[in-house]
Amino acid sequence: MKSYPITIKPFGQQAILIEWPNEVDEGILSTILHFKSVLASKLPTSWELVPAYNSLTIVTRTETLDFSKLKEELLAWYQALDKAPKVDRYLYKFPVCYDLEFGIDLKEVSDELGMSTQEIIESHSSHQYTVYGIGFLPGFMYLGGLPKTLELPRRSTPRLKVVKGSVGLAAKQTGIYPQDSPGGWNIIGNCPIPIFNSQAPDPFMVKVGDKIQFVPISKDAYKLHKIEGEVGIFSPEKTLIHD
Amino acid sequence: MIKVLKSGFFTTIQDSGRFGFRDKGVPISGAMDSRALEKANFLLENESDAAVLEITMTGPTLIFEEHTYICLTGAELSATLNNEPIATYKVHEVHKGDILSYGRLAYGFRGYLAVKGGFKSDVVMDSRSHFYPITAQRCIQDYHEIPFDTTKDFNPKIPEIKIDTYADQREILVYKGPEFRCLEDSSLKRLFTEEFTIAKENNRMGYQITESLEACKFAMLTSATVPGTVQLTPSGKLIILMKDGQTTGGYPRVLQLATEAIDILAQKKSGDTLKFKLLSQ
Repeated sequence: MKSYPITIKPFGQQAILIEWPNEVDEGILSTILHFKSVLASKLPTSWELVPAYNSLTIVTRTETLDFSKLKEELLAWYQALDKAPKVDRYLYKFPVCYDLEFGIDLKEVSDELGMSTQEIIESHSSHQYTVYGIGFLPGFMYLGGLPKTLELPRRSTPRLKVVKGSVGLAAKQTGIYPQDSPGGWNIIGNCPIPIFNSQAPDPFMVKVGDKIQFVPISKDAYKLHKIEGEVGIFSPEKTLIHD
Repeated sequence: MIKVLKSGFFTTIQDSGRFGFRDKGVPISGAMDSRALEKANFLLENESDAAVLEITMTGPTLIFEEHTYICLTGAELSATLNNEPIATYKVHEVHKGDILSYGRLAYGFRGYLAVKGGFKSDVVMDSRSHFYPITAQRCIQDYHEIPFDTTKDFNPKIPEIKIDTYADQREILVYKGPEFRCLEDSSLKRLFTEEFTIAKENNRMGYQITESLEACKFAMLTSATVPGTVQLTPSGKLIILMKDGQTTGGYPRVLQLATEAIDILAQKKSGDTLKFKLLSQ
């Protein structure tokens, strides 16, 4: 595994920011996740570790932070990092209905990209996307790995309400809205199962570093999964990724 | 319990926050003015993270269904108990049937009401703090009932404290944020000499500043944010993230508020002014 340089910056009185080179890169992400697992064993459990793209932010709420001391420790732990990443990562398959009832921008996207709606659906659902970050909304995944042919700008006017489960395209990203929200992404389908459930023992199973694939489903299957999701008996297919 | 006769402008249940779920994109929430929360719970000898009501600008009207002790902190909202004015930062005994209501906002923006033992509303993901849709409700509504345990005999060790009101304090202490270098020289000069105004776009998620700085074209990858993070948008606007603020963002984080500065800002409203003062770290 390649080794990457890091920089460590103060981030107020309760956080420290660790940064890797400014790139979207699977190797960097693996290193971050590996280092995160090391920090989880070194730091008290009150620390929260937030990975995203090329950074790992560590946040405390109880301790008075001694930046220079912690920086030395972090650097030492990073240098001692053994080379084999040991973090379990999973592939999740989420059902998506791309029917025009849900894919309200699919026609426009098809015109803009010069692809048929069928080609868009096939391309969008044949790729596995890497979760590079989680944020913006609870359970919102920043997914990387969108094929170049599906890149198009955000809508010029954002919508005041994009419905929960909407699957969208924006620039180099694709993703699912976990709740109703204002948003400017181009909506091409809807995922019938609740992505985030604050009442469940594990409200959101996906972690940064996991992969997501979308599985096209019919309107009938959508209705069925919607009910299954509401009563809590549908779980997306989950498989361990072997690097 | 308390019965809500009128909910007020925006009244929420808040404790010290929902920790441990940042990596799932869940904001920490909790009292915007953590100092006021702490003081209220201190006077009532509650756990420091006991849940209170956070009352914004216009207070509710509440009827107590049990005997208890209460303490009001934060903004001065001219509260009355059975039409008699009651002081903030002081423990008051409350009888069954007593009515607490609020009047004119005299200073600050967010008041807190704590009861002995704390409010016992549902815990969702380790916290009682309202945050929709993590909690089913966004805020308290008319006719809601909020549970707490009856307390009959309580002799507070310290029945009252005097505090220096920080609601009117205009100086906001900040540290350099991770992308401090995105501030142009002209912006830097203005940032630490001029006054800035709170825009009408202010809520528990964030406070926007009316004045614009020079825009920043730095394209960064999305990265973590915390309460008190000051973002510079591509149009040159400053946004200060607060307790319900998103856990990640893609705008340069040019400044980071000192912890105590968040409490001060929580007591400010549209049109109020502030001055940033840079601390070294």
